[in-house]
Amino acid sequence: MQLFLQRLFDGLTLGAIYAVVAVALVLIFKATTLINFAQGELAMFGAFIAYVLAVEQGLPILIAIALAMVISSVMGAVIERVLVRPFDPTDHLPVVLITLGVFLILNAVAGEIWNYQPRAFPSLFPKGPDDYVSIGGARLFYDGLGTWAMLALMMGALYVILNWTKTGLAFRAVSSNTESARLVGIRTGRTLMFGWALACAFGTLGASLVAPRLFLQPNMMATLLIFSFAAAALGGLDSLPGAVLGGIGIGLIQSLLVGYLGDWGPLEFLRNLSLAVAFVVILIVLSFKPSGLFGTSRVERV
Amino acid sequence: MSTSTGREIILKVEGLSANYGQITALRSISFEVAKGEVAVVLGANGAGKTTTLRAVCNMPVVSSTGKVTLGGEDVSKKDTADIVGRGVAHVPQGRGTFPELSVMDNLEVGAYVRKGSFSEDIDKYFEMFPRLAERRDQLAGSLSGGEQQMLAVARALMSRPEVLLLDEPSLGLAPLIIQDLFKTFGELNKTEGVTMLIVEQNANLALGIADHGYVLEAGEIVLQGRAEDLQNDSSIQDAYLGA
Repeated sequence: MQLFLQRLFDGLTLGAIYAVVAVALVLIFKATTLINFAQGELAMFGAFIAYVLAVEQGLPILIAIALAMVISSVMGAVIERVLVRPFDPTDHLPVVLITLGVFLILNAVAGEIWNYQPRAFPSLFPKGPDDYVSIGGARLFYDGLGTWAMLALMMGALYVILNWTKTGLAFRAVSSNTESARLVGIRTGRTLMFGWALACAFGTLGASLVAPRLFLQPNMMATLLIFSFAAAALGGLDSLPGAVLGGIGIGLIQSLLVGYLGDWGPLEFLRNLSLAVAFVVILIVLSFKPSGLFGTSRVERV
Repeated sequence: MSTSTGREIILKVEGLSANYGQITALRSISFEVAKGEVAVVLGANGAGKTTTLRAVCNMPVVSSTGKVTLGGEDVSKKDTADIVGRGVAHVPQGRGTFPELSVMDNLEVGAYVRKGSFSEDIDKYFEMFPRLAERRDQLAGSLSGGEQQMLAVARALMSRPEVLLLDEPSLGLAPLIIQDLFKTFGELNKTEGVTMLIVEQNANLALGIADHGYVLEAGEIVLQGRAEDLQNDSSIQDAYLGA
């Protein structure tokens, strides 16, 4: 029981981090129906900005992360305006290549500015060896609780923005039918810019939550991004709740499924292959539900 | 601004040509829509009806030349959003609802260019289209074709447009539903004074509620006149009315 709870808590915490980044991916996918390959690097860059503000400028970490979210949302908006908007939105290849380009550039620039030495990133939550509550003998660290709370907060904020504001309504309209959105007078370009800004802010939050565990360095997001892609695909690329559940699902697969399979001697090697196990599960799900667990299956009327 | 006959021209299109790449879709067409009237552009598939409406709103894909004047202002170079903001509501072919949004949200987003409260308009259209009221919380994508067309029209009217453009509203609907729909259009025009530009293949119904008609063939206007004259025109009867 204790082991189960421990693995459950660990899985949920990992999953919450994947979920935050997956939500950022889904936001851009909803807006543009493409995967933003630069999402991870944008998030890493944002975490570095938070690091500079907190460690070098001495700001409290919470304020540093909030400011970094604002700065990265501006970065996201600028990238959309300058690099994405000039291209025909129905032709995905150029924009996908551009996001790959942004990925490489941001990685190199971060390496140039901050080098590739791993740095300790201050945690938002108490992270000492004794900072936990004990439940059934398992340790639920404050850091994990805090991560869940941030995910809940983020989803709450997103819900309010998307459902209760005019800009949110415009965003949902654009992602549902871009042409009709234009025909009700929505400036679709600006709305997409808003989507990018929002996604970059949340990406930065995700990177700042994971940085204390992974150490901060320019390549930190590589693995996280793949798990988050997987989470988004599992949940359905255009579903925000799907991204959250997909993230948590991947976290639980990694922690529970791989954990228990790995307990059995012949399968111990799986512990090092949790990513592969996660992908096998996704493959199975997607072969039955190609649009993911909660994604919209597109039906064309003929 | 008014013409010699005292009609106030809301939308005036002069020398409009449009191409999709190498393909010429419109050859210098001109027409006008007067306030409070219904103008209809008749044409077969591929005649250029949809292109005409898209060019009026400066929608993408089309490269068009010519002058579009809205309430006296040249809007040929304006963005779609600006044109909509100046009082054009466009119901595109295939309804153009937002399938992943609720009926209510579809109506709200229709009022996007307006400031202030619009709940009385929503009440009004729910009264006019009780089916929509029943389904207010359903996703638009789950509605039937006829209901979607009602929603698309109500959504367009939410912006309180100067002129409502309807792109083949009859497409893909059952005959009885089409008749109801055109009855509604006629009532909207008479009781609410909604100015409309309808492009249609269904000449009989469209001319029945129209004041003015234009016949578009292979990108050119080949015939125009008062709706009742066109209804009695033998060439129209042969080509479109099936008489």
